[in-house]
Amino acid sequence: MALQVLSQQAKAAIEAEFPKYPDRRSVLLPALWIAQREVGWLPETAMLDVAQILNLSPVQVSDVATFYSMYHLKPVGKYHIQFCKTLSCALVGADALLAHIKTRLGIAVGGELTPDGLFSIGLVECLAGCGSGPMMQINSDYYEYLTPQKVDQIFDDLKVFGQSALASRPYRIPLAMVS
Amino acid sequence: MPVYEKILFANMERPGYTGALSDYQQTGGYTAMAKVFQGMPPADVIDAVKKSGLRGRGGAGFPTGVKWGFIPKGHPGPRYLCCNADESEPGTFKDRQLIENDPHQMLEGMAIACWAIGAHVAYVYIRGEFIRGAEIIQRAIDEAVAAGLLGRNLFGSGFDLDIYVHRGAGAYICGEETALLESIEGKRGKPRIKPPFPAMHGLYQAPTVINNVETLCNVPHIINRGAEWYASFGTPKSPGTRIFSVNGHVQRPGNYEVPMGITLREMIFEHAGGMRNGKRLKAIIPGGASAPFFTEEHLDVRMDFESIAAAGSMLGSGGVTVMDEDTCMVWAAVNLLEFFHHESCGKCTPCREGSSWLLKILHRIDAGRGREEDLELLTTLSHRIEGMTVCAFGDAEVAPILSTIKHFRDEYVAHIRERCCPFRANVHLAMAH
Repeated sequence: MALQVLSQQAKAAIEAEFPKYPDRRSVLLPALWIAQREVGWLPETAMLDVAQILNLSPVQVSDVATFYSMYHLKPVGKYHIQFCKTLSCALVGADALLAHIKTRLGIAVGGELTPDGLFSIGLVECLAGCGSGPMMQINSDYYEYLTPQKVDQIFDDLKVFGQSALASRPYRIPLAMVS
Repeated sequence: MPVYEKILFANMERPGYTGALSDYQQTGGYTAMAKVFQGMPPADVIDAVKKSGLRGRGGAGFPTGVKWGFIPKGHPGPRYLCCNADESEPGTFKDRQLIENDPHQMLEGMAIACWAIGAHVAYVYIRGEFIRGAEIIQRAIDEAVAAGLLGRNLFGSGFDLDIYVHRGAGAYICGEETALLESIEGKRGKPRIKPPFPAMHGLYQAPTVINNVETLCNVPHIINRGAEWYASFGTPKSPGTRIFSVNGHVQRPGNYEVPMGITLREMIFEHAGGMRNGKRLKAIIPGGASAPFFTEEHLDVRMDFESIAAAGSMLGSGGVTVMDEDTCMVWAAVNLLEFFHHESCGKCTPCREGSSWLLKILHRIDAGRGREEDLELLTTLSHRIEGMTVCAFGDAEVAPILSTIKHFRDEYVAHIRERCCPFRANVHLAMAH
């Protein structure tokens, strides 16, 4: 049966995971990562493709895809913001900063995309950046010690360059503390 | 401020240290692995780790050598090591620093642990959000393979070892060791009922050891410098150094590696620079969000497993969250309950349903719609969750509630009687720079 949305490259990338594990089912989390990287989120068709490649039932795949918060069951922006709401960040101003981000982008948390499709915001629990809050993750990168000014700069950078020099480097704190 | 010898951060604090294999080897990296793989009997390795007194740094503090010793001898078939890099206990950010700055220290510890338990395959289970961390570990593995430090017939011993990175995908519960195994097996991360313990029936039902990143990072140093040397750090029952992740309303939040047994006062007021903006300290969570709150009265408690437990909390993951006088304790409890409610895996009814009931009651108190009987209701309900679940999550989720009610009952009563939050303005205006 032909795959519905995943490319042959994605299939090959999933199959390259097989030797790491004694069974196919263990490749499910890596396979969903590969599928999401290619499609941008996990539509049902992508889950069916993963099920076919791994020889699992569709429900085994959706059972897992719906459990883990980083698998997107709806489309997200090209730059998806995971904003930390947990205590340590909240103690140092996460609420006020989130209000700024929502105003700046003109979207609500969860599900909404900016009209250009570039940004979406998800509220998440602790990302292990508790000493450097408020903080957020956008795609692969962490952004820490955030202020409204830094957030504006990061969004501008992403729009223009697709990346920002304000992304966190290998984490050393307080050695790397920013004033 | 007292200055202590560091073990785990020593390398990364050298000027110019990048964590690359060449840097790590220049500082003596992989000599412990060489010593072990060139003929140290596994029983001797386990014995050295037992003698060092090393205890798990993930939260429970179980003696590492004893855990390794539980792997049955002469068991046919595979056995596994899993490195728990699912760092997600709120307030904790130490493993991230160890991974991103000195990945080979962790890999060498893993290799020695694999030799000790006879595992030829090991997985690093890393939380899904640590994408950069996963890339760094994978690069380090590739370097080690190219240098003959991982792969076939290591150091001519005939011992093969492959280490793979397995990324999680956003679920706090996968830091629980049996949920972690389920997640590697491609399932929902739901804890298993114990017994059987992973040492007998772990990953793929094979004997398995799960150790935290920081725990494994200690191992090469114990082998190189000896159990006695290691045990000279810290206290007799909690030997070694510990990395504490200090955060919240302190001047210098950060990861501090110190010998176990220093006081909370020294940690907060000396190493972390004291309170921000000259405020007074009100509450401390001494060991991650699962640990009961402490107050100013606990500042002289020593930061080792026994002392913190004796004072009514736990050393847990080493995350130390500090809150100042303007922080509303009901608000803090609501925030943590939202976390626990979101992260409950749903397997056990008391935890799944209980967390939503607790949160509902807390929300109404926070919103000024609390009832006089709510405090008793919260307490009774909490006691019906505690100890009634498959894993320790149930106990963890009631810790912030029971401890804030115990130490800050007045604040709950004020919310209920005054029908509002006395601290509301402070919380929302707090903006850090």
